[in-house]
Amino acid sequence: MLRNDFSTMISPTTSDAKVAAGAVSTAKPALLAIRNVAKSFGRNVVLRDISLEIAEGEFLTILGESGSGKTTLLRIIAGFERATSGELWMGTERLDAQPPYRRRVNTVFQHYALFPHLTVEENVGYGLRVAKRPEAEITQRVVEALAKVKMTEHAKKKPSKISGGQQQRVALARALVNRPRLLLLDEPLSALDANLRRQMQVELKSLQREVGIAFVFVTHDQEEAMVMSDRIALLRSGELEQVATPREIYSRPATAYVAQFIGHTNLLRGAVRDGVVRCETLSWSSTLPDGPVLFSLRPEQIRLGSSGASGMVRTRGRILHQAFHGATELIRVQCAGDLVLTVRTTSGSAPQNEVEVEFSPSDAVVVRESPERN
Amino acid sequence: MELLMTGSAANPSGPRWLLAHAALVFGFLYLPIAVLILYSFNGQGVGGFPPQNLTLDWYRTLFGDGAIWDSVLNSLWVAFAAMAISLTFGIPAALALDRSQFPGKALFRRLVLLPLILPGIITGLSLLMLFNLDMVATVLKWITGQRLSLLTITLGHGTALISVATTEIFAGLQKLDRAQEEASLDLGASYWQTFWRVTVPNLKLPIIGAALLIFTLSMDEIAVSFFLIGRDNTLPLEIWGRLRRGITPEINAVSTIIFIFSLVTIVFWYRLRVRSEGAAEVGTELIEPAEDEA
Repeated sequence: MLRNDFSTMISPTTSDAKVAAGAVSTAKPALLAIRNVAKSFGRNVVLRDISLEIAEGEFLTILGESGSGKTTLLRIIAGFERATSGELWMGTERLDAQPPYRRRVNTVFQHYALFPHLTVEENVGYGLRVAKRPEAEITQRVVEALAKVKMTEHAKKKPSKISGGQQQRVALARALVNRPRLLLLDEPLSALDANLRRQMQVELKSLQREVGIAFVFVTHDQEEAMVMSDRIALLRSGELEQVATPREIYSRPATAYVAQFIGHTNLLRGAVRDGVVRCETLSWSSTLPDGPVLFSLRPEQIRLGSSGASGMVRTRGRILHQAFHGATELIRVQCAGDLVLTVRTTSGSAPQNEVEVEFSPSDAVVVRESPERN
Repeated sequence: MELLMTGSAANPSGPRWLLAHAALVFGFLYLPIAVLILYSFNGQGVGGFPPQNLTLDWYRTLFGDGAIWDSVLNSLWVAFAAMAISLTFGIPAALALDRSQFPGKALFRRLVLLPLILPGIITGLSLLMLFNLDMVATVLKWITGQRLSLLTITLGHGTALISVATTEIFAGLQKLDRAQEEASLDLGASYWQTFWRVTVPNLKLPIIGAALLIFTLSMDEIAVSFFLIGRDNTLPLEIWGRLRRGITPEINAVSTIIFIFSLVTIVFWYRLRVRSEGAAEVGTELIEPAEDEA
């Protein structure tokens, strides 16, 4: 149950039709292998022992709070920072010894970093031009790239004359036109407003499917990560907490931190003795070994009222707070002792002050403690 | 001007004294120049008031005066050469200050500014001492046939103005968005290509600004030149020399030409700035707070 070994999770469990059709191997070949990478700036340790593999054509999100080291990790892959220790491999090629301009990796920067003195098409053609491709090829590929991001009509404009969303598309085209093996995106959507952001999430994801290039996407927004990613690598204070598909990371969080960072959860701290779990006033039978234990229980796994089914854990409580979230509501219920449970219900129900709540013990996922770091 | 106008539009009677004050300041600044220009057309020469018999004679005299034109050419030669010297040394110095860490960097940063603050007399005198050293003098004589010449003035100006180039370009570098250079490296350009394709175009304005400033400062420099002058005069020294023999409107005429030339330079500089405003906008947008870690 406790997953200490990340390698078991690193093998992609993608349900892609392509893989199913291939049916030979479920694991795609690793494109980039990050091995035991650590980074410190002076005495400030930013990354500790990061090992991660990125598969061909994968959309991997590095998710973490500000200061978790996610941008530093991206910059190490791009070549703007040198890892203090550890290795980067792209196939049989050692990547970390190479300067950024030799790596077949391109980046979409947080604020796009378009060249203000060049037009949109010159920006897009920049990489091909420094690579001294023939002019005809440059023109053709730039036209194609601009068409792909629907920016053809703005080709002759300077970056300052187009909107943030359009600059974003140009930055994408500028990177993709070089046909990198890996595209890095550093919070590219953070500067956009909410609506445009959602739209770009969808576009970015479909673009990635279309071009088939592996994306490493950095964000602090867990929702964005869930919507777009094949896998999420969750960083916390410079260490990987969990690497898994969005579904898995949501339904089987490895640690208390993951459970809390991704969506809402109830953390139930208890102890197991002789096959019985006790959390505050709750108890249920279990096959877990004796000792202290921590559970994550998602609000939607708890029901208001009693179904009468057997094997459910039930308790009564008083409603503390009710928060409307559109289709659902989150209700905080004060149960006996110090136990407060957050319950997700469909909106519209007007529960009374005193409620009964129940959940199935099988929905309570054992998670590791997340001790304070730094 | 614009400020005054909007002010008076909002409150027509209020800032009248402010307007008068502005007029006074304006007059204080430009009356001498107006007098200078006016008397360059005065048939009576300098002194008489009001000017009478407006004429272009002084300009005719000026254009026929070989010594003045020699000094103008000398000054131009010195100014361009000083510009080249100070930019060649100033740009790498600014890059070093902005980009790299080296021991004594803080000290270097202050010392490089020193020639800007030092009185010209000190710079001039110290250079004169240096050029007087046997070894140095021999080299100078070998190059130009003289110990002191336009070459020594050029070296003097170039040395004194490196600080101008360094500070101007350093300021430009500080405003430059480093992500652009990273983007260039990321897109496959080497450091050298990045420098020429991204850094320099983005520094175009500070470089031109520094060049114009150096040019102007060198054109009217007297103190350093005075110590290092050989046989050939620069324009300010030629003018100064003639003034000792009395003012002639010919000097007014040459000054008027210099004034107009400076005006054109300023307008050119301003238009360049306005035209690249778009680039400046992108710059400020990129400098907006980044919320992530280093």
